[in-house]
Amino acid sequence: MHPAFSVIFLTTLIGAAQGMFMALVTGQVYSMANLLEPQDSVTFYAAGSLIALLLLGGGLVAAVFHLGKPGYFITRAWRGVTQWRTSWLSRELIALPAFMFLVFLYGVVHDMGWTDTLFTIKGVIPVDPSLIIATLGVLMAITLFISTAMIYASLRFLQEWYSPLTVVNFILFGLASGFTLTAAFSAWTRVDLVGFYGTWAVVFTIMAFVSRFWSMLRNQRIKHKSDMRSALGIRHARITQRSMGFMGGSFNTREYFHGKSSSVVEVVRLFFLVMVFAVPVALLAASNTLESRYLPVLAFLAQYTGLLAERWYFFAEARHPQNLYYQTVG
Amino acid sequence: MTQLALVIDLNVCVGCHACVTSCKEWNTSGWAGPMVNQRPYDADPTGTFFNRVQTFEVGEYPNTETVHFPKSCLHCEEPPCVPVCPTGASYKRKDNGVVLVDYDKCIGCKYCSWACPYGVRELDEMQKVMKKCTLCIDRITDRSKPESERKPACVLACPTSARLFGDVHDSDSEVSVAIRERGGYQLMPEWGTQPANHYLPRHKTRIQIFEDELERVDNPLDKEHPLPAALGDTLDDVTF
Repeated sequence: MHPAFSVIFLTTLIGAAQGMFMALVTGQVYSMANLLEPQDSVTFYAAGSLIALLLLGGGLVAAVFHLGKPGYFITRAWRGVTQWRTSWLSRELIALPAFMFLVFLYGVVHDMGWTDTLFTIKGVIPVDPSLIIATLGVLMAITLFISTAMIYASLRFLQEWYSPLTVVNFILFGLASGFTLTAAFSAWTRVDLVGFYGTWAVVFTIMAFVSRFWSMLRNQRIKHKSDMRSALGIRHARITQRSMGFMGGSFNTREYFHGKSSSVVEVVRLFFLVMVFAVPVALLAASNTLESRYLPVLAFLAQYTGLLAERWYFFAEARHPQNLYYQTVG
Repeated sequence: MTQLALVIDLNVCVGCHACVTSCKEWNTSGWAGPMVNQRPYDADPTGTFFNRVQTFEVGEYPNTETVHFPKSCLHCEEPPCVPVCPTGASYKRKDNGVVLVDYDKCIGCKYCSWACPYGVRELDEMQKVMKKCTLCIDRITDRSKPESERKPACVLACPTSARLFGDVHDSDSEVSVAIRERGGYQLMPEWGTQPANHYLPRHKTRIQIFEDELERVDNPLDKEHPLPAALGDTLDDVTF
């Protein structure tokens, strides 16, 4: 498939934002259980929510450029929420603003300090408004992860994507980059949670490596169900296209192929394997001993750059069966 | 339930592209238009087409066969492009099964084109909405036209009658009879899309003939063989 930069930025930005929100909530829950020191509502939770919200906003802006015309965002995009019964894209279009609203609320509640306990469950879990919003937000983040990934994983003839691994990858990449970002945020604001978030970031990064490697292995061995025989319905092992029906380009020749040589694709793959997995893990490990303010920030920047390449590769590696009909200009 | 569709006879298609040009001519100025061209007389021209004729070579030289293959939307009975549309712009008409796009609802996200295994949807580069074969919906439903002209432009244009049009759910229709009697088949059946359009295979008429049927075994002139009587009874000796 042709990788669209709008979608690459959308999926990576909102993935990191979802991961960061879940990281903030994880921190809050740990501190409730007295496993971590409680953090400041305004400078940590509210400011962290703002960063997540900015990333989500960036993703939304990127998504606008995926529409046929950006103007359709104002005139027509509202219709996108109507087909949630059948379309994963429609579900994503509902989950994204809903999640943004919950992140916004979470930030506001912390910023305003509305964190007085409302009631206590079984005398151990003090529930305040932020915890209720956090729970809803985490559920919505998971919904959004699944919706985004299922857009691709539900297309059964794009066999490289048609796998639960696609969903697992999207979730793990989001968590890895989100926790790395939160570690960077903690380091930058000199909050003593770099070790905590950094450790989780490394755990999620390693898990993401396992599942992504597994999916690449799967895709290398994939047997495509469609071939020239089924595309034309002619039973012969040797069918060659002599003419695709036109000499110029068309939507069919642009949209379904990445348009780069296989060596470029291979370089992109190597690049993302290094930048998403190796570099951030090394930098986070180093920051643990050096207690640097900058290394976790660098780790996030490296991982995010790598994720852009990973998402490009994700699109490039999917082979659409329609390409069987477009092989020879003539 | 009616399911309108095309049946394309690969046996008689000569690859003249008359269906391609008549499709573009009718639809660019009709309900589904415009079908925009860009840089038509420059390098790298491009444009929107609902119908293409492609050419394939089957086999290895010298035992090859050329197959001209018209390709347009198959109006699937289980269209994978319809449920994925987030806005409801992509739909399948209940009354005649034609798959259409409502240009006023389409946001140009291209997701439906990804969801079509046949690659028959095209984003119009000017209007930035998804377009596709409408089976000439504005022609076939136009009651002001005589019955004989209520057919898609490509069907009317085809000089060899390689394109049949009708209701594939009506067992007695021309298209159903053609599918039934001449081995009509669907493209990429492995995806369960149930295309309404069918293709009729190429066929050659052959008779099975054995060598001994070409010459009389008991040739009375005995120029080719000795009389078989010397070798025993022949079939002619024992039957009446």
